[in-house]
Amino acid sequence: MKDDKDAINEDRKIHPTPLLDELEDGPWPSFVTGIKRLRDEGSEGNKKIMNDLLGQLNHSYENRMGYWKGGTVSVFGYGGGIIPRFSEVASKFPESKEFHTLRVMPPAGFHYSTDILRKLCDIWERHGSGLIAFHGQSGDIMFQGCTTENTQKAFDELNEIGFDLGGAGPALRTAMSCVGHARCEQSCFDEVRAHRTIINSLLDEMHRPALPYKFKFKFSGCANDCVNAIHRADFAVIGTWRDDIKIDQEKVKEHVKEKGRKYTIDTVVSMCPTRAISLNDDDTLEIDNRSCVRCMHCINVMTKALSPGDDRGISIMIGGKRALKIGDLMGIMVVPFMKLETDEDFEKLEEFAQNVVEFFADNALEHERIGETIDRIGLPAFLEALDIEPDPNMVNHPRTSCYVRTDDFDEEAAKWFDRMAAEKAGSTAAE
Amino acid sequence: MTTQAKTPRVPDEVGVPDPFQYMHPVMKANYGNWDWHERPRPGVLRHVAKSGDVIYTVRAGTQRQMDVFTIRKLCDIGDAYADGHVRFTTRSNIEFMVADEGKVAPLIAALDQAGFPVGGTGASVSMVSHTQGWLHCDIPGTDASGVVKGLMDMLHKEFVQEKMPNRLRITTSCCQINCGGQGDIAVNVQYTKPPKINHDLVANVCERPAVVARCPVAAIRPAMVNGKPSLEVDEKKCVCCGACYPPCPPMQINGADSTKIAVWVGGKHSNARSKPTFHKLAVANLPNNAPHWPEVKEVVRRIVEAYKHDAKHWERMGEWIDRIGWKRFFEMTELAFTKHHLDTWTGARKTMNMSAHLHF
Repeated sequence: MKDDKDAINEDRKIHPTPLLDELEDGPWPSFVTGIKRLRDEGSEGNKKIMNDLLGQLNHSYENRMGYWKGGTVSVFGYGGGIIPRFSEVASKFPESKEFHTLRVMPPAGFHYSTDILRKLCDIWERHGSGLIAFHGQSGDIMFQGCTTENTQKAFDELNEIGFDLGGAGPALRTAMSCVGHARCEQSCFDEVRAHRTIINSLLDEMHRPALPYKFKFKFSGCANDCVNAIHRADFAVIGTWRDDIKIDQEKVKEHVKEKGRKYTIDTVVSMCPTRAISLNDDDTLEIDNRSCVRCMHCINVMTKALSPGDDRGISIMIGGKRALKIGDLMGIMVVPFMKLETDEDFEKLEEFAQNVVEFFADNALEHERIGETIDRIGLPAFLEALDIEPDPNMVNHPRTSCYVRTDDFDEEAAKWFDRMAAEKAGSTAAE
Repeated sequence: MTTQAKTPRVPDEVGVPDPFQYMHPVMKANYGNWDWHERPRPGVLRHVAKSGDVIYTVRAGTQRQMDVFTIRKLCDIGDAYADGHVRFTTRSNIEFMVADEGKVAPLIAALDQAGFPVGGTGASVSMVSHTQGWLHCDIPGTDASGVVKGLMDMLHKEFVQEKMPNRLRITTSCCQINCGGQGDIAVNVQYTKPPKINHDLVANVCERPAVVARCPVAAIRPAMVNGKPSLEVDEKKCVCCGACYPPCPPMQINGADSTKIAVWVGGKHSNARSKPTFHKLAVANLPNNAPHWPEVKEVVRRIVEAYKHDAKHWERMGEWIDRIGWKRFFEMTELAFTKHHLDTWTGARKTMNMSAHLHF
C-alpha cells in the first residue's frame, strides 16, 4: 500500500518533459511555454490537468503515438458540439484522463473586444484547462481540456454571455466569414448578415446532429476567398460583381509612375488570366470587362486605382471537401450570380440554403458529402432537384463524352432561348 | 453534480454571435463603405473609408493554442496600446485595430517586446494553418503544433518581412483527412502500412458494415478471426489512407515508424490569376521525427528558397511551377520524381501531359 501511495504522490509531481522543452526556444510563440505556465501558475484545476496533459504529450513525443479516444459527452439539450477525449494512458496521467473540447461559434468575422476575451478566459480558467485555440479549422473557438463534469458548467457560463456551441459529427458545422465589409473595400456583400442569416436559421441541424454527414458553409467577400471556401465548404458563398471594374485613371498613372511601365505590364497586364487588360500609351488602363472573370488579381495589385464594380452580389459553389472518400473536390459553380442587398434577397438566399441542406438530408448516403452525392447522381439531377437552370458558367467546357441521350435536346434548347429572351426583356425593362 | 442533473439549464440557442458589439467603432461606422488600402510596412495595413476615416491594422503571429495568460497579455496590449478591439485571421494571427496613426509604432514595439512577431501580411510566409495532433486528436499521426513551432521558428524572418514573390501559405495535418487544408506547401501525415487489427476488439467496438463502406478501395471485408466476428484487409488493395481507423480504432493505422510525412506543393485557395488548385505530391516517406522534424524542415526550406529565388512577383508556388515545369522544380529542390508521383486515382488521366509540351 505504501508503495502505491508513494507512486501516486510521485505522479502528482511535475512530469519531466524533455522533448517538449525543446519546443520552447526560438522566436515563434511557444504553445509549450503557455501550457507550462498553466501548470505552474494557473487555477488549481488548470495546474492539475495541465501537468498530466504535459506528461501525456511528452509521452506521445517519445513514442510517436497518440493516446486519446473518443466517446460520448454532451450538454443538456444538445447532441453535438463537444469533442469527447478520454486518455488511453490515464493510469499514468490521471488528472487529464478527461480532456474534452467545447467547440464554440465565434462572432462572424472573428471580432472580439478585449473585454469579452477576458470573460472567455475567466470561464475557461474556472472550469477548463485554461487552453483556448483561436480558431480551429472549421472556425470554432476551441476550449480545449475539460472534465465531463465541468462541461455543462463551462457551457452554461459561455451561453450566458452570448456564445453557443458549434457543430460536430454528422451535422451542420460552424461557419466562417472573412473580415469583409468590416474593413475590406474588395468585399462584395454583407458577409456578417449572410453568415448569421443562414446559420442561425439552421441551428437545429447543428445542435441535434441528424444529417448524413457534415455540412459546412463559408463566406468570402470576393474571389480571393480568404476563408478558403471553395476547397473547404460544402456551400461556398463568394462575392462578385457583374458590371465593370472601377478604374481611377489618375491613380493608375501614379501607380505606373511609382512602379514603372515594365513592372506594371509584367505584374498586371501579363498576369490577367483572360488577357482582358492593356496599358495605354498614356499610362492609363483599358479593361475588356466582358472578358474579365473577376479573379481579383489586378485589383489586388492596384488597390488604390481599381475596385470591384457597383453591381455586386454573390456566387454559390457547392461540394468542396478534402480526400475522404472519393478524393478531393472543389465546389462547383451552381449559382453564378445572385443579388444580395434587400431583405428579399437575403430571404431568397436563406431559402436556397435550406433547400440545399434538405436535399442533402434526403438524398446523401451515410457518410457522404454533398459533393460526392452530386458526383454520384450527376450535376443535372442536382440542378433539377433544386430547380436551377444549367448555365455555361457552371463548366470549364461542355461535355466531351458522346455517351449521352439527346432526344429531348430541342425542348431543352427552347427553354434556353426562352430564358435568354426573358432576361433580355428584363434588362430592357430595367433600363 | 446531482443538483445539476435535477435542474438542467435549457440552452439559449443564440447561434452565431453578433460581431458588431465587439467590432472597432471605426469599422462599424464604415461597414461596407471602404475605399482602398495599402501596407505602410510589413504587418501593418492602412484602410481608408469613403468617409475619409482611416483604420490601421497591426497583425501579429500567435501560437494558436493559447493559455489564458497569453490571451490576457494580448488583451493588455490591446487595452494599453490599441483601442480594445481585436480580431483573428483565418490563419490564427491576431489583429489590433487603431484609428490613430500615432498608436501604431508603440503597439508594434509592445508586441515585439512581448514576443509576438508582427508580420504575416502581403508577400510573406503567414502562420501555418494546422490541426490538433497528439495534444487532442483521437487519430493523429503526429503533433501539428510541434511541427508548426519548428517551421515558424525557421521561417520567422519570412513572416516579419514581405520578401517572397507572393504570399506563401503552409498547412500541416496530422492524418490524411488533411484538416489543415490545401497549401502552397502542405506537410501531411502519410501512412505507409495497412492497419494492424486487434481482432479481439473489433466486434465490440466497430460497426462493421460502416467500416467496410468507409474504405475508398473496397479492401475491407467481414471475417471470422479466432472464432470472433472481425474484419480483414486485403493488403494488396489497401492504400494505407487510414479512413477505417476513425470508425474502428482497433484498426490501428499509426505506427511509431510507419507513420511518415509527405510534403505537397502548389495548392491555392484564391482565384486570383489562376483558378484554385489542389496541392501536388513533392516528396513522401519523411520520418516523423519529433520534436524537431529536421528532415521535414530541410525539405520545406529548400522549396521555400527555390520559390523565393526563382518565382516572379505575384506568382504563387503552383503558378511558378506551372511556368518552370515540374522537371525543373524537382531539380531545383533536389527531390526525386518517382512512380508514386503519377496519380492512379479516379481522374488520374487528366493529370497526365497529353501534349508535346515539354520542359528541358
